[in-house]
Amino acid sequence: MAVATPEAHLLAASLVFNLSIGGSYMETVPATDVAASFSQRNGPLARVQHILHRYPTLSPGFVLVVASIVFTIFGHGKFQQLGTIGTILRQTAVLASLAIGQTLIVLTAGIDLAVGTGMLLSHLVVAKLAFDSGWPPFLALAAGAIVAMTLGGVHGLLVTKLGLPPFIVTLGTFYVFQSLGLIYSQARTISKNELGGENSVLLWMGKQVKIGSMPINRGVIVVFLMYVVFSFILSNTAWGTHVYSIGDDREAARLAGINVTRVLISVYLVAGFLYAFGGWVQLGRSLSASSNAAVDINLETITAVVIGGTSLFGGRGRLSGTLVGALIVQVLRLGLSLADVSPYWQNFAIGLLIIVAVTLDQWIRRVAK
Amino acid sequence: MSTNSAEPILSASGLIKRFGRVTALNGTDFELYPGEVLAVIGDNGAGKSSLIKCLSGAMVPDEGTMYLDGRPVQFKRPQEARSAGIETVYQTLAVAPALDIAANVFLGRERRRTGPLGSVLRMLDKPGMRRDAKIALDDLGIGTLQDITQAVETLSGGQRQAVAVARAAAFGSKLVILDEPTAALGVRESGQVLQMIRDLRDKGLPIILISHNMPHVFEVADRIHIQRLGQRAAVVDPASVSMSEAVAIMTGATTVG
Repeated sequence: MAVATPEAHLLAASLVFNLSIGGSYMETVPATDVAASFSQRNGPLARVQHILHRYPTLSPGFVLVVASIVFTIFGHGKFQQLGTIGTILRQTAVLASLAIGQTLIVLTAGIDLAVGTGMLLSHLVVAKLAFDSGWPPFLALAAGAIVAMTLGGVHGLLVTKLGLPPFIVTLGTFYVFQSLGLIYSQARTISKNELGGENSVLLWMGKQVKIGSMPINRGVIVVFLMYVVFSFILSNTAWGTHVYSIGDDREAARLAGINVTRVLISVYLVAGFLYAFGGWVQLGRSLSASSNAAVDINLETITAVVIGGTSLFGGRGRLSGTLVGALIVQVLRLGLSLADVSPYWQNFAIGLLIIVAVTLDQWIRRVAK
Repeated sequence: MSTNSAEPILSASGLIKRFGRVTALNGTDFELYPGEVLAVIGDNGAGKSSLIKCLSGAMVPDEGTMYLDGRPVQFKRPQEARSAGIETVYQTLAVAPALDIAANVFLGRERRRTGPLGSVLRMLDKPGMRRDAKIALDDLGIGTLQDITQAVETLSGGQRQAVAVARAAAFGSKLVILDEPTAALGVRESGQVLQMIRDLRDKGLPIILISHNMPHVFEVADRIHIQRLGQRAAVVDPASVSMSEAVAIMTGATTVG
């Protein structure tokens, strides 16, 4: 590594000093550099930087805690009620389920702008097959999953085989999926009764359950379990390591013998499957299927991922951060309205937070020298 | 040639590689003997990197044969060369900066746990890989890297190089190819890498060193393969040839019979 700037020189010197490969080289470090590097490395700011680098979920976790405290103080006693918290969790479930796939894709240094319209298209397929064609609910759900994985598979093939940028691919399919959803459903809403009533398997996720006296639904629990499962996969399997390494340095991953194309396609297939899963959660949440549902969710998944501390450059981030990020979005929305702040300010706050999160990410990434 | 008493570990004869009308390799021969550091030098366009790519499986020669331990081999992909025991440390290092040291040492070759945790849950044997990565670094005399779970991006350039070399040494059962290992390093770190090369050689692992840096080549190489115009112009002994003589052969100012 060429030592270019004085700052980089200090950092490099400090690393060599602290972690010297061979002790014999230590004498050659000029004494002034060592002194400077000590203050550099042990400065409180540098220590914060290193800790955040190591535990990327800390900063979004801190934001969530602070936001909750603020809204508990200014929310006229409503924010901390179990009913409110249950509402936040139920509102977060759909966003959080789709944000899993978004996190996987962003970790590979990609992005999925079509996650919301993909979810809508697949949940319309499920609803139409069950209502119009009279398919058994399980079969309709399976068909929805196959359709959704096909959508994801198309993304994967376009990104890998044609080498197109994920941003452009999914911007295109965002419109295509939206249009297909409208054509297929004729823009009509399929209601609860048409879906087979509240005991239908299609609406299984919406069934209310109580944890203590906090009202949530099955969707919240299942989405949480999905986070546990995918966190395990990401941090404890070879596939997870490969997902990180591809986003980190694609060429290095290839040279290490990883089949980059195969891993990327599998990521988009999993993200596609999660469209269908998110669609099922959405059916339970709104108790209907509509091509107009969840219009903001495309960008909100990216918001959750970014606020959650995952780098848009790929290779670093945690799924737990995304879950916290999704919660922050909903806590801000509901908390601000409970605190009597005009709803027009909600997006202002979220937008500001995105910029703060990305700024923080850039700073944390500078640990790497 | 000084050490050709034994059979070569890796050899090639008559390697030809053409790209359209350009001939990168025009019948190159090559031999690497057990326990030696063989430097490969040559001007830009001499076919140095094409030769190395053929040996490491990154490129398939149009003609010519290669032998590993006396047996003819053909590598269609780097993985094939690697599973035959040839490890390459690329100039770009090929490490994933955000992953930790242990994950990088085992990247692409992750080990799973034994029992149902590994076979059913496909769970990685992280403790085992960390332990063995530590051993691999200790073997190179760089065990002073305290924390094997540290992200590679928090390391200096020389330490990253050490991680890449440790990976190659841990898995390279036959030989290790190092492509410009000191090109991006300062004086101090270059010295560390050259010491690692000597240590590996002393442990019996033969090394092919590609370098532009003549002082480094002359410091560690046992023999020097000089590539010129797609062919091997000469193999010289650094003890009996000066740097300027080697450069003269490289540039064609002198020819060796």
